[in-house]
Amino acid sequence: MATTTTKSGEITFDQAAPARSLWSDALRRLMRNKMAVASIVVILFFVVIAVTAPIIAPHDPTFQSRIRTGGGVELPPFWVADGKPGYPLGTDVSGRDVLSRIMYGAQVSLSVGFIPMLIILIIGTIVGMNAGFRGGWVDSLLMRITDITYAFPDLLFLLIVISALRDTPIASLLGGLPLMFIALSLIGWVGVARLVRGQVLSLREKEFVEAARSIGTSNGQIMMRHLLPNSLAPLIVSAAFGVPGFILAESFLSYIGIGVRPPMATWGGIISDGFASINSSPHLVWVPATCIGLLTLAFTFLGDGLRDALDPRMKL
Amino acid sequence: MTAYIIRRVIALIPVMIAVSLITFLLMHLAPGGPFEGQEGKRQDPYMQKRMQEAFGLNKPLYEQYFIYMSHAVILDFGPSFQTRGRNVTDILKEHYGYSLKLGLFALAFAILVGLPLGIMAALKQNSWVDYLSLFVATVGVAVPSFVLSLYLLLFFSTIFQWFSVAPTLESYQNELKPWILPTIALGLPSAALLARLARSSMVEVIRQDYVRTAQSKGLRQSVIVLRHIIKNAMIPVWTVLGPLAAGLITGAFIVERIFLIPGIGSYFIDAIGNRDYSMIMATTLIYSTLIVIFNLLTDITYGLFDPRVKVGS
Repeated sequence: MATTTTKSGEITFDQAAPARSLWSDALRRLMRNKMAVASIVVILFFVVIAVTAPIIAPHDPTFQSRIRTGGGVELPPFWVADGKPGYPLGTDVSGRDVLSRIMYGAQVSLSVGFIPMLIILIIGTIVGMNAGFRGGWVDSLLMRITDITYAFPDLLFLLIVISALRDTPIASLLGGLPLMFIALSLIGWVGVARLVRGQVLSLREKEFVEAARSIGTSNGQIMMRHLLPNSLAPLIVSAAFGVPGFILAESFLSYIGIGVRPPMATWGGIISDGFASINSSPHLVWVPATCIGLLTLAFTFLGDGLRDALDPRMKL
Repeated sequence: MTAYIIRRVIALIPVMIAVSLITFLLMHLAPGGPFEGQEGKRQDPYMQKRMQEAFGLNKPLYEQYFIYMSHAVILDFGPSFQTRGRNVTDILKEHYGYSLKLGLFALAFAILVGLPLGIMAALKQNSWVDYLSLFVATVGVAVPSFVLSLYLLLFFSTIFQWFSVAPTLESYQNELKPWILPTIALGLPSAALLARLARSSMVEVIRQDYVRTAQSKGLRQSVIVLRHIIKNAMIPVWTVLGPLAAGLITGAFIVERIFLIPGIGSYFIDAIGNRDYSMIMATTLIYSTLIVIFNLLTDITYGLFDPRVKVGS
């Protein structure tokens, strides 16, 4: 940075180059990454579909139309001879419009990807921060819980929790979505807490924390103002990598019939409904499978891009 | 070393007790039970009471837990709730073979495909092998087993019709062919992981001083590659094999379900739906035990493969 000395001897800094923060730098690097930008476009595409589904979906996703063809129960998609333009992707076994179900399914997949992630970020950060900074019983407890969680296969634990809570009042709310959020949060927060704890353990010995403490900054202030912002980067990256896992878990659970309850439209549910006729109407499987694949790929590549943008040396 | 292993094994006991307790309480405290009948289907309350007495569900919870666990440690997992008149241990014996077979196939696939790809990529950086390896690694890690299974099924069973969409039990018992697609579906993500890891580890070792020393001594290239580079580069790779194997054996739920393989994962999903307490407990205990043992083995192999790591102290 260029400096000039004025006549009185003061040193002033040239303001020609605008100040760039860590975050604006990271954003610039992210935007130069083609895969990351493509991923953001894909994610935004699904977000727009999910948000506008009630307006742009051609039909009610649960309405069972009686339009049928001579051959099969379901209406074929438009590229097959008997297809009707009003039902671009045809209808499923129950006569429901598949395109509308795919659109509404995006709502489920995205909310299952984002909401539990938000919950575990909050819980995990609070627990991890306290465990790392204060140590003591919070830390020992967290380590014991980690041991237990790591001994459970994730999917198995998810299956047990969901089936255990299946007959409670919360399970019948909103097609079982809140139950899905709770179950996913239960298995996810430990990983976040571990990550934050590790960050805090190395950060709290750094000079800037010592400096902050020496001028009398309270523990709460140190955690909020110094430790949290400095552990954000790996947290954001791990969140991006965590979302696909949630989306997949929901899809698989809905596929085996214990996820989101019918008649609510979900991609896993559409695959499950169409699986029996995979030979005659393969699009009932490949269209939702492609949606799941695209969305999870997008989050994974976004995670890659974020990792490179936030800290080129960071390895997760 | 022995003291370390004993200490670690003892530390596993409270973990296993916690795992069993959590599963037990979740299953038993939740509303509904195995004999309450399905929705809309009434059951005779007298029969229900008789059944509960027969399976010991009328006893206090702690008593049920102790009875179950005292039998479980000698691998007697009690009678099954959903398949009347059969023991869970017998059912598991019948089904575990399929899961084990799938897990071992997938592990073999991961090692035989992933390691050579990663090693070749590192030895011939920026060649087509390197790009192929990078492609497999990216796709394999990012495309989930669930989607991959469905795509394999669509392409090779529905469009090309090389494989049956719904292989029968007999074909899984007697033939190798129906195992091909599930093996790829389960093994590819692990192969990708191994390729990535092998490549980065190789690249690091190639730059080491002792490799340059070996080259300046005039050793043959094949000797350098085999004795100096690969031998050392494989240390971090061996250490992930433990968790990887555990993941393949326990993570086969999805693949087993889609390819209709009658393994434990598939059976477990049915058990969940039917509230088959003894089956759920048994599966959880077995899988958790496998995971903690594999993790322990991994820690021990660190010390065996890399003399610089002292695990005991």
